[in-house]
Amino acid sequence: MLQPSTIEDLREAILNRPRLIPIAGSSKPGLTPVDDLETLSMLSFTGVLEYEPSEYTFTARAGTRVSEVEALLSENGQYLPFDPPFIDKGATLGGVLASGLSGSGRYRYGGVRDFILGVVFMDGRGRVIKSGGKVVKNAAGFDLPKLMTGSLGAFGAILELTFKVFPKPAAYRTMVTKLDDINQVREILARLSLSPVELHCLDIETTEEAYSISVRIGGPPEPMEGRIARLRRFINLDSEVLSGTSEELYWRKVSNFDWVPQGFYLVKVPLTPGRLLEFESTFRGTGALRRYTTGANLAWIAWTGDLQGLDERLCQLNLSGLRIIGRQGPIKLGAQSALTFYRRVKSALDPDHRWAEVN
Amino acid sequence: MFNSKFSAELLRIYHEDRMLTSPAQLAPYESDALTSFQVRPKAVVIPEDQDEVIETVRLCHEHEVPFVARGSGTSLSGGSLPVAEGIVIALNRLNRIIRLDPEQRLAVVECGVINLDISKAAAPFGLYFAPDPSSQLICTIGGNLAFNSGGAHCLKYGMTSNHILGIKAVLADGEVVSIGGESLEQTGPDLVGLFVGSEGLFGIALEITVRLLPKPERYKTVLAAYSSLEAAGNAVATVVAAGLLPGAIEIMDNLAIKAAEAAVKAGYPLDAEGLLIVELDGEASVVEHEFSALLEVIDESGPYELRVAQDEADRMRIWKGRKSAFSAVGRLSPDYLVQDGVVPRSKLGETLREIQKLGERYGIPVANVFHAGDGNLHPLILFDGRDPHMLEKAEDLAGEILRLCLKMGGSITGEHGIGVEKKKYLSEMFNQDDLDAMRAIRLALDPKLLSNPGKMFLEAQSLHAIT
Repeated sequence: MLQPSTIEDLREAILNRPRLIPIAGSSKPGLTPVDDLETLSMLSFTGVLEYEPSEYTFTARAGTRVSEVEALLSENGQYLPFDPPFIDKGATLGGVLASGLSGSGRYRYGGVRDFILGVVFMDGRGRVIKSGGKVVKNAAGFDLPKLMTGSLGAFGAILELTFKVFPKPAAYRTMVTKLDDINQVREILARLSLSPVELHCLDIETTEEAYSISVRIGGPPEPMEGRIARLRRFINLDSEVLSGTSEELYWRKVSNFDWVPQGFYLVKVPLTPGRLLEFESTFRGTGALRRYTTGANLAWIAWTGDLQGLDERLCQLNLSGLRIIGRQGPIKLGAQSALTFYRRVKSALDPDHRWAEVN
Repeated sequence: MFNSKFSAELLRIYHEDRMLTSPAQLAPYESDALTSFQVRPKAVVIPEDQDEVIETVRLCHEHEVPFVARGSGTSLSGGSLPVAEGIVIALNRLNRIIRLDPEQRLAVVECGVINLDISKAAAPFGLYFAPDPSSQLICTIGGNLAFNSGGAHCLKYGMTSNHILGIKAVLADGEVVSIGGESLEQTGPDLVGLFVGSEGLFGIALEITVRLLPKPERYKTVLAAYSSLEAAGNAVATVVAAGLLPGAIEIMDNLAIKAAEAAVKAGYPLDAEGLLIVELDGEASVVEHEFSALLEVIDESGPYELRVAQDEADRMRIWKGRKSAFSAVGRLSPDYLVQDGVVPRSKLGETLREIQKLGERYGIPVANVFHAGDGNLHPLILFDGRDPHMLEKAEDLAGEILRLCLKMGGSITGEHGIGVEKKKYLSEMFNQDDLDAMRAIRLALDPKLLSNPGKMFLEAQSLHAIT
C-alpha cells in the first residue's frame, strides 16, 4: 500500500501505477474492493487549514479524522449537521465525502451533500482541481463538490474539503416509543411527518417481535420540557424519554452501528417512507436485521449469509444498495441507475481509468 | 445549421401558431433580465409537452442547430440570452404539477412550473418549497434548477440544489436520462448535484422531483435602523456570534431604502443609513425563546429604531420592500447593473467600504442590498445608458467589485450564476486545470456545444480541445 505524503508523491503514484483506490481511516471497510488493486492511503494529508467559527465554515485536508474536527467544532459551539457515522472507528473527512454517508441526525438540516462547499482533488491526469469555494453561498462553475459526494474514489483523490457547519444545539432529548406492528409504525411516521416539533432524528428500530421509533429533538434547554410534553401528546403512546449522557450514548452507539453483529454485512439502502411496509415484508424472517433512519428515507440492513440473496431481493424491489461492512461479493447491489450519465462524467474526469471503480 | 430543411421539420411539430419567426414575435425573447444584451434567434418554439422538447433537441443535434431553453426569462446573468444561429425553446407551457405527495414531502413538476406555484399547491398540506428567489412569482423551477437559484433563506435552508431529489432530462445529444429519485438519500455520486447549476450546458431538465418542507410554525421578524451601514454589518456579526441561526438576515443601504419606499411604501425609515431585517423561523416555543435573545443582541448593537412585526401582514410588508428593491431602483436611474458577489461574512463591512470608495472613484452611485447572513452582496450600479460611455464604465466598476470579492476570499456569484455576464471573470476564480475539468464534463454531455452555448465559458475556452 502506498502512502504519499506530498502532492508530488501522489501525482507520481497516479501517473505511474495502473489503477489506484484512495483509502484512509478504513472505518467503512466494505467500500474497498479486495481484488487486485493498489490502495493509496491518504492519511498523511491531514490537518485543519482554516476555521473561523463566525463564518460557519471550515477547511481541512482529506485525511483529517472527523473526531478531531468534531472536538474543535464542539469547543466553539458548532457541529456537523449531517452527523457522519463511524467517527469512533477512525472516519476521515475525505471518506465521509467519498462514501456519502450521513447519520440519523441528517433529518433536521440535510446530508453530506447539503454541507459540502468546496473540494480540491487530484484527477486522473494528476492535476489538482479546485472546485466550489469557501463561502456558504456560491454559484460559480459546476458543482463538483456535490459530484464528489458518494463518488467512492472514481473521479479522483480528495485532498481538501470545505464544509458549512451550524451552531450545535445546547440540549437534546430523545423519545423512544415501542410498538407492536409495522402498521402502527407507518401511522406514527405519517403523523410525525406533519409534526410542528422540529426533529433532529426519526429512526425506526426493528426486532423480529416488535418495533420502536426513536425521535430526537435539539435546541435551547429552556423550552425543552414543553416540547417533550407536546411531542408526547402528539404521539399519544407510552414513551420513554432519554436525556443527558445516556441520551448521547444512545446515538453514539447508533452512529457506530453497534447493533450490527460480528460477521454480518452492513448495507445502505435508500428508501422512501411509502415503501416501508413492502421493505419490511421482504426482509422480515430472512435473518437480516433492519434499522431505518431519516424518517424511513434510509434503510440499513445487517445481512448474514451469501450477499447474492440480498442483491436479488433489492433488484426485485428496484432499490440500490451499498456494502459498507463485509468483504465478499459486490459492493454495489441491487438496481443501478443513470449509468450512461455516470460513464460520461467518469470519462471526462478520468479518461484513462486510473482511479479504480468499485463494483 | 438552421436551414429550410430544419425549419420545415420544426414547422411539422409546431405549426405556425407555436413557431415564432417574425421580428415582432421574436422581440420579447431577445433578452432576459440582463437587458443590456439582446440577440435575435432564428426562431422561438413553444412546446406543449416533454416529447416535443425531446424531439426538438434531437432535431437540433441532427442539424447542429444551437438551442437555448427559456423559462420566464428572469435571469440576471443573461442565462437565457438567445444565440443568433439558433433557436429558443420556450418552456412555460410545460407547467403541470404531475404529483404532490404530502407524506413523502415531495412534488414531481414539469420544468415550466412557476416557483411560487409549487408552494401554493403544497400549502393546503402545511408544506412549502423553500428556495425563494425574489422573482419567485414569475420564475420557473427549470430556471431555478439551471442556475441553482438562491433567495433570502440560504444560510439556513440552502439553495435550489438542496431541494432537488431527482431530474429527468434530455441531454444535448438527445439521450433522455433519469438521475436521482424520490429518496433523500442516494448510493453513488451526486449526479443531481452536478446537474443543478450547470447553466443549461448539459441539456434540458424536463421533469423535476422537488423536496417540500413543513411550513415553519412561527416567524418572528425584526427591522432595525442604523445611522451607519457599518453598524448594521456589525450587528449581523453579533447575531451570528450568539449562536443563532436566523432564517434570513438582510441589509439595505440608504439609496436602496429610498427606492423601495418610493415603489411599494413598506414604511421603511427614510433616513436610515443601514436597515437590518432579521427573521427567525421554526417551532413556536423555540422561536419565542430565541427571539428574546435576538432582541437583546440587536438592542445592544445600537439601532436608533427597532420594530417587531406584529402579525403576518406586518411581516409581509417588511419583506415587500426588500423583495422589490431591484425593480425599485429603476426609479432612481434609467439603467442599472446588479452584481452578485459573495464575501466571507466577517469581510462584509470592509467590502462595503471599498465598494463605496470604488463608486466615488468612478463617479457612479451604488445602492446596496444584500443577504448579510451568507455574505451575498447585490451592489446595484446606477447609470444612464443614453451616455454611450456609461455602460462601459459601469461594467468596469462591476468587474472591480467582483475582483474585490475574490480578493476577500469569496465568489464572483452567489446565486445568479455566470451566464453571459461574468464569463470573463470565471478564469479569475478558477485556473486553467479547474476550467479544463469542467469543460471536459460539458463536452462529454454536449459534444457539439449546442445546449445554451455562450454561457459560463468564454468561446475560446469552449472550443478548446481536451488532449
